[in-house]
Amino acid sequence: MTIKQISVFLENKSGRLNEVARVLASNGINMRAFCIAETTDFGLMRLIVEEVDKAVQALRDAGFAVILTDVIAIHCQNQPGALSKILESLAQEQIFIEYMYAFAQSERADVIINPNDREKCLRLLQEKHPDIL
Amino acid sequence: MIWNKSKECMSRDEMTDLQGKRLHKLVELVYHNVPFYREKMQALDLNPEDIQNIEDIKKLPFTTKQDLRDNYPIGLQAANQSEIVRVHASSGTTGNPTIVGYTRRDLEIWKECSARAFTAYGVTRDDVFSVGYGYGLFTGGLGAHYGVEYVGATVIPTSTGNTDKHLRLLRDLKITGIACTPSYALYLAEAMERNGMSREDISLRVGAFGAEPWTENMREEIEARLGLQAYNLYGLSEIIGPGVSYECQCKNGSHISEDHFYPEIIDPDTLESLPYGTTGELVFTTLTKTGMPLLRYRTKDLTSLINEPCECGRTNVRMTRIIGRSDDMLIIRGINVFPSQVESVILDMPEFEPRYMLVIDRINNLDTLQVQVEVRKDYFSDELGAMLQLRKRLADKLKSVLSISADVRLMEPNSIPRSEGKSVRVIDKRQLK
Repeated sequence: MTIKQISVFLENKSGRLNEVARVLASNGINMRAFCIAETTDFGLMRLIVEEVDKAVQALRDAGFAVILTDVIAIHCQNQPGALSKILESLAQEQIFIEYMYAFAQSERADVIINPNDREKCLRLLQEKHPDIL
Repeated sequence: MIWNKSKECMSRDEMTDLQGKRLHKLVELVYHNVPFYREKMQALDLNPEDIQNIEDIKKLPFTTKQDLRDNYPIGLQAANQSEIVRVHASSGTTGNPTIVGYTRRDLEIWKECSARAFTAYGVTRDDVFSVGYGYGLFTGGLGAHYGVEYVGATVIPTSTGNTDKHLRLLRDLKITGIACTPSYALYLAEAMERNGMSREDISLRVGAFGAEPWTENMREEIEARLGLQAYNLYGLSEIIGPGVSYECQCKNGSHISEDHFYPEIIDPDTLESLPYGTTGELVFTTLTKTGMPLLRYRTKDLTSLINEPCECGRTNVRMTRIIGRSDDMLIIRGINVFPSQVESVILDMPEFEPRYMLVIDRINNLDTLQVQVEVRKDYFSDELGAMLQLRKRLADKLKSVLSISADVRLMEPNSIPRSEGKSVRVIDKRQLK
């Protein structure tokens, strides 16, 4: 399924990440997943939260540059080869992954994907792997 | 050693007399050939006949960098284009460079003044000399080149950019003299140590350093690490280039070739002339140039003049070290940079907020320029590649306008102070005073 991901622009300096966590905490917002992409002087923190609008508002109020991006969330078996099968179908159809991140616990793994062509990717997954969306 | 005793050791009376005669001729030249000066003089109700001796110079109008900009490209040129044999250019503040045309005679004067400088440093025909200033529109390379060649030394036109090759040539050709920016000299010393070379592997004995402000501490460090005697070389392209003034063996102020370039010190606010020994803005009148002669050109460099004969025997007025600027121009790696140049680039790109911060530092003896900007909300991207691309586009534009590369830093919103009031746009961390 398509979900909203929050991206926050961060300068590489100490305390910025903690500031994001602090803003979310003080608004009672729980993070479900996040990842950080970094360069030498800045980074992008990508977040999946439960209350998207509230989180965006809180972060903007705190002065952060925030944008929302639609990404695809899938869940698959937490076992060897599960992800490979899915990625193989995408590769066959020439769908590129701009970035992805995942978290797994017990039986299940959740994966966030940002492909170059989201519509096509969703169609393909619905066709070939309807169980994972 | 003195290249031209009759001009460098003149009595004050003789010099004053010569300057007065040359000033009169200069004023006639510009009055009849440069509409800009004729109009300015007419507005002051001045005729060339009113200027007979050097004291009369105070009646004449000033010339500023803005005047050069307003008359871009060749509005202040006095000679016909057919008389111009060379053109140099220095950076402008709004994209337009300052164009300076030289007649054959101007080049002769320049070569003469440059030869005076290198002779004062002790360079002779027995030296092998590396010119490590940039060759091209910048006057540093060719200005030093012709002076060293005129003295009769062997010139190695190394130019800038290839430090490894420079080191190899220093060692293999037993180079005895070098001209470059003082910060590059220190960078060379460092590169030498990195490559496992020591000052015993090279034969340098004399260095001519300029194009950027430097300090006595830097002199001591350069001398110790490269094993040479370090001298100041001053010049600016609007006036002619390197050779306007130069230190002698006494290292106590730079002698001005005042038979060609008449110096004054003024209060930059009131424009009043200031006496010898007082610090103010340095102003030059090009007494003998015919290509683009300038009356009372405000250099914006802050210094003072010493009018006492030097122990070396020269009588020419000396200028002390440049202690700063009366405008906001920065000199970074020897290149003139105005904050307004950076501003115009940023204002042209809708992706960025119209505010910025420049941070200048000297790291491992090389000047660094960091440009901090904020990306506008609408242009912010979730993809790292797009953000890096945006950063590169700004860096490329800055490089083409400034001629030096800048490290662009993308900042969080509102982390750069707004332009309300007197905001500080420049942080210069270099310790030069």
